[in-house]
Amino acid sequence: MVLSFVLPLAFFSIFATIFGRQHDSTPKVTLIVVDQDQSQASQALVKGLENESSLVVMTKPASEKKNAPTADYTAATAEAAVKAGDAPVALIIPAGFGQHPIAFGPGAGGSILQLLNDQSDMIAPQIVVGLLQKVAMTSMPSAMADEGMKYADEYVGGFTPAQKAKVDEGLEALRKLEADGKTGTGSGDAGNGSSDSGSSGSGANSTGAGIVAVNVRAVVGENKKSPMISFYAAAIGVMFLMFTASGSAGALLDEAESGTLERVLSTRVTMTKLLAGKLVFNTGLAFVQLVAMFLWGWAVFKLDFFSHLPGFAVMGLCTAFAVAAFGMLLASACQTRAQLGALSTLVILIMSSVGGSMFPRFLMPESMQKAGLLTINAWAIDGFTKVFWRDLPVMDLWPQVSVLLGVGVVLFVIARRVARRWEYA
Amino acid sequence: MMTSVQKTGTALKVDGLVKRFGDLTAVDGVSLTVRAGECLGLLGPNGAGKSTLIRSMVGRVHQDSGHVTVMGKVAGSTEARMALGWVPQELSIYPRITCRENLGSFGRYYGLKGQELKSAIAWCLNWAALEEKQDDVAKTLSGGMKRRLNMAAGMIHRPKVVLFDEPTVGVDPQSRNRIFEMIEALRDAGTAIVYTTHYMEEAERLCDRIAIIDHGKIIAEGTNEELVERTFGRRSQVLARFAGETAAIEAWAARHGGRVKAETAEFTIEQAGEIAPLLDDATKAGLELEDLTLRRPNLESVFLHLTGRELRD
Repeated sequence: MVLSFVLPLAFFSIFATIFGRQHDSTPKVTLIVVDQDQSQASQALVKGLENESSLVVMTKPASEKKNAPTADYTAATAEAAVKAGDAPVALIIPAGFGQHPIAFGPGAGGSILQLLNDQSDMIAPQIVVGLLQKVAMTSMPSAMADEGMKYADEYVGGFTPAQKAKVDEGLEALRKLEADGKTGTGSGDAGNGSSDSGSSGSGANSTGAGIVAVNVRAVVGENKKSPMISFYAAAIGVMFLMFTASGSAGALLDEAESGTLERVLSTRVTMTKLLAGKLVFNTGLAFVQLVAMFLWGWAVFKLDFFSHLPGFAVMGLCTAFAVAAFGMLLASACQTRAQLGALSTLVILIMSSVGGSMFPRFLMPESMQKAGLLTINAWAIDGFTKVFWRDLPVMDLWPQVSVLLGVGVVLFVIARRVARRWEYA
Repeated sequence: MMTSVQKTGTALKVDGLVKRFGDLTAVDGVSLTVRAGECLGLLGPNGAGKSTLIRSMVGRVHQDSGHVTVMGKVAGSTEARMALGWVPQELSIYPRITCRENLGSFGRYYGLKGQELKSAIAWCLNWAALEEKQDDVAKTLSGGMKRRLNMAAGMIHRPKVVLFDEPTVGVDPQSRNRIFEMIEALRDAGTAIVYTTHYMEEAERLCDRIAIIDHGKIIAEGTNEELVERTFGRRSQVLARFAGETAAIEAWAARHGGRVKAETAEFTIEQAGEIAPLLDDATKAGLELEDLTLRRPNLESVFLHLTGRELRD
């Protein structure tokens, strides 16, 4: 009972807690910033970075004692902090940045910012570099405009004094806006969700206030509170269903070893009837397990279960049937319980990793995604995703239902064939 | 109209049964019959072919040639299965459920249900004297009770023919006696029984006829008295225990066509007058007589004589 119900619920809860509430808490990158320039431009850049919801900007170390002031990071201490693991990246804004903050193209003489990073985190520096480009454009528009005017002055053959006065006037107005904080930061208030990422956990639309205005509107899951909960309920559920099914089917081996199987086969019960009976029982057991998983998801993680009952019932029964037949085949193919345990662990873990029970298939390379289609896990997860995430009607489940039922029938037929070794001497 | 079974009383018939496993001929042309109300003992050393023969009767083995019929039906057919009960040597019960649940399970395997099943369970519990233990989980029962439950599970459908494969292995004397009473009750009620055992006293007590099997063949068949008569005729058995060197005892026994078993020399003689010359020779060989017994040969003597092996080897 513990292995069939408690362990799957525990695993599901762990994954749901880790991955299920990403809409409320976007993963953030901790960034140490050292402003060696302290100019208006560098300060605008730092402020722009601080406003990015994907970043946690630290300009000074956390104080060990409450209310005790600490000194700002220096280049040396920032590097030490990255080495110590306090942050994956540190940005050093050099002195003189404000004089020439932006350049269009390499070799154009712009300041070079130093980004110190921990190589074990390959994502953080890429995020920071990307956001730096964005923040530079949105928090220092006057610097952008100034640099742009310099290029225009050079390539049009020089502004006239009147044109230059006009440009200076415009730049001055822009600088005033920057000083008043009225230029766009791009991401709005921190915690609203990044408009760039397009995440829509709360369902809110968001508008990017950058150079190119973007309106992000969620079209799937806009009303979903916990998008990954149903995924992991299905993903973890299918994996543990397979373990339970193979364990339950292993009763066949116990009976064969004890002699009870031979006795049963001397009655009116034929091998086909016996296996079919076990298949029905194991299908029921697997379905009950799935119900328990999803009810737990509803009770603890607010999964919208009851409005998806028809789809759940269809997918649940088909999945349960397929895994029950899978378990029967494994048991029939093995000689002992120990062999069954080893083989089932190996096969199920491989199928679960390739099929998306541990890691979403859409994050895998295409070749792996195709390989996943050879597993029961992939089809089951796809079906549950259609039901709970995409809110598709039951009729749209026909590919998943067909494959799962077909696989179940084929596996049972093979199991029956393999079980002939127990029928007669 | 009387059926062929009623007319002849033949409940189980084996006719020229042959079964090979690769190069090994496990059963080699065995023929036997068992009548209703009769208990046939099947004796044989290990590897003689008893189990294969039993399993052929049950329908778990496909024979290479020959026929087995149970109540006139081909072994393995649904009718034959319903007429046959099998009590295997291994304890083939479900250890984690109660006695009642075990009997219920096997009853359902035989197609019993409803009131019929309830009645059958009640009868089995009474027959096996397990009424007080009916709600106890099987693995908590004593060895003897487990054996009785094992037997009851083979009787749940009230078969006309029952095969008992060494049902008293590892059982205490009290439980064994109870088992004997159960089997005698079945036999008296008209059930045909095939009983395999390694214990001579069980065969002598329970079996109306005995078939001795060795190397896949029936080498002797008949009542206890018939077997002894055919093997030894009117000869009697002399058992003598001596004090002296073992080698000298064995040499003396060999000179007179006897054998030594557990420090006791065994001979068969036609007349009592043959004893004196034996003892004279023993004295000359320096052997001191400690004990002397004269008796009629028994089943074990027959078995040893025909197979060259002990019944419990």
